[in-house]
Amino acid sequence: MSLTNEQIQTKLIEKFGEQVSNFSEPYGMLTFEAPKELNLKVLQFLYDDETLKFRFLTDLQAVHYPNDKARPNDPVGWGRELAVVYHLHNLVDNVRIRFKVFTDINTPDVFTATQLYATANWMERETYDFFGVNFVGHPNLKRILNVDEMDYFPLRKEYPLEDQTRIDKDDEMFGRGGSIN
Amino acid sequence: MSDVQNILLPEGSIEKKTITLNLGPTHPATHGVFQNILEVDGERIKSSESTVGYIHRAFEKLAERRPLYQITPITDRLNYCSSPINNMGWHMTCEKLLNVKTPKRVDYMRIIIMELARISDHLICNSIVGVDTGAYTGFLYVMQYRELIYEIYEEICGSRLTTNIGRIGGFERNFNATAWKKLEKFLDEYPRVLREFENLFTRNRIFMERTIGCGPISAERALNYGFTGPNLRAAGVDYDVRVHTPYSSYEDFDFTIPVGSTGDCYDRFLVRNQEMWQSLSLIEQAYQKIQDFKGADAEVYHADVPEYYLPEKQKVYTSMEALIWHFKIIMGEIDMPKGEVYHSVEGGNGELGFYLISDGGRTPYRLHFRRPCFIYYQAYEELVKGSMLSDAIVVMSSLNLIAGELDA
Repeated sequence: MSLTNEQIQTKLIEKFGEQVSNFSEPYGMLTFEAPKELNLKVLQFLYDDETLKFRFLTDLQAVHYPNDKARPNDPVGWGRELAVVYHLHNLVDNVRIRFKVFTDINTPDVFTATQLYATANWMERETYDFFGVNFVGHPNLKRILNVDEMDYFPLRKEYPLEDQTRIDKDDEMFGRGGSIN
Repeated sequence: MSDVQNILLPEGSIEKKTITLNLGPTHPATHGVFQNILEVDGERIKSSESTVGYIHRAFEKLAERRPLYQITPITDRLNYCSSPINNMGWHMTCEKLLNVKTPKRVDYMRIIIMELARISDHLICNSIVGVDTGAYTGFLYVMQYRELIYEIYEEICGSRLTTNIGRIGGFERNFNATAWKKLEKFLDEYPRVLREFENLFTRNRIFMERTIGCGPISAERALNYGFTGPNLRAAGVDYDVRVHTPYSSYEDFDFTIPVGSTGDCYDRFLVRNQEMWQSLSLIEQAYQKIQDFKGADAEVYHADVPEYYLPEKQKVYTSMEALIWHFKIIMGEIDMPKGEVYHSVEGGNGELGFYLISDGGRTPYRLHFRRPCFIYYQAYEELVKGSMLSDAIVVMSSLNLIAGELDA
């Protein structure tokens, strides 16, 4: 008797009620979201529960949605610009799910998953490096792939592909330069 | 990070009992550019700190600016020892997003190419483990057969190392007669060579003493660290994406997954070795299956997906539809469907995943590569803590760290 997406969804709603939302199944993978304060609780539940057994963190990364700004009337100012996406895998029943938490860009604090999964260590560092998500409680949150002196978060949408401040090359002839890059 | 991090204490101070050794980014024993700062007490390693990112090329940012077929050359440069696997994985991700079904013959051709790449990658890894323990002959001896594999790629796609092989939906051309001849030569000669390579190492006393017990990891720790691929299988967990979530018709084939027990360097060597035999068997089976296609089926080398597969140049000059498709594809006027997809393949080092989010435009909204090397390199400190400096080198090479995949 294998684990189906409906069963996972039922168990999650049973445990967390209204707080897990936005269930969908793009290309067969159950995807849902939860508030960022609950991310560790959800991950722990998915890990401990004996039917769910999601004990392998396949991937952790972020996506920047610059158009989902904080709603002005929201008391918490809770925007949805940065999404941290966890891909989990149940190796025994061979089921994968995707779990997203959203945070706004001004206070991008998300609890770290390193206590539960040692693999989250560098994945969170990479996410911090590229998007500026501050993982609260991370043992060593510093840049990993870019130079330490970099003062911006390059994968955010407002930064173009190339560094516009370079003066050592002129790519006008190649159709690059000015506002086109 | 370890608790005894005395890198910052001044040299010669009373408290500092260890030497800080920089196994730096340019070092003949590190295979690629990544740095390890080791604290050694005599020859015992007390702690290590890894630095990666020397070859970071901003692939994920680049991919947001390129249409799908232009991303294939950057996937080459992830694990560049087995770049066809990266290419095929990427094409399959695109096919999943675009709902393209590839014909069986294309799947079998893909399997031949991917397994050749796996053999090439494992050969490099195993022979380099030999070099790091002092045995140089194996490395040079099997180089001839890596050359033959590269010649096969060259016949099919034109390049040897960073192949950019295949298209969305199949291949750019059918395998020609020379490619088949070279493949037959490989299938003919290689088993004897692999047998001889095996004989050099597997029961060699010096090699065994160097690698047994060196850098072991338990299955629970390995799973917690996100290990996949031969390193995880050496620890005893039989997780292989080809079997768990078969792609490209792997379910039609008969092969076993070799599994180790202690997860040390010797087990990793043996697992990779045995995987090469399995890959060889897969290539032979795929070759037989392809020979069984007759008539028109035997000429199929791509799926019928005109929106993404460039039409043949002769047709572009004569047929109106082909001209229009050619224009639309090259000028980038074809939009992708909206959606998000995660697809993974069994790369040379483990589960190579592609997480693609499309917002309906020409280029991906976000593309993330789940790179197995990056993920398991985190465990390096735990693997070498307490062992000798020479063991650290052997552990590093037995993990098969490819710098391209560390950094992306």
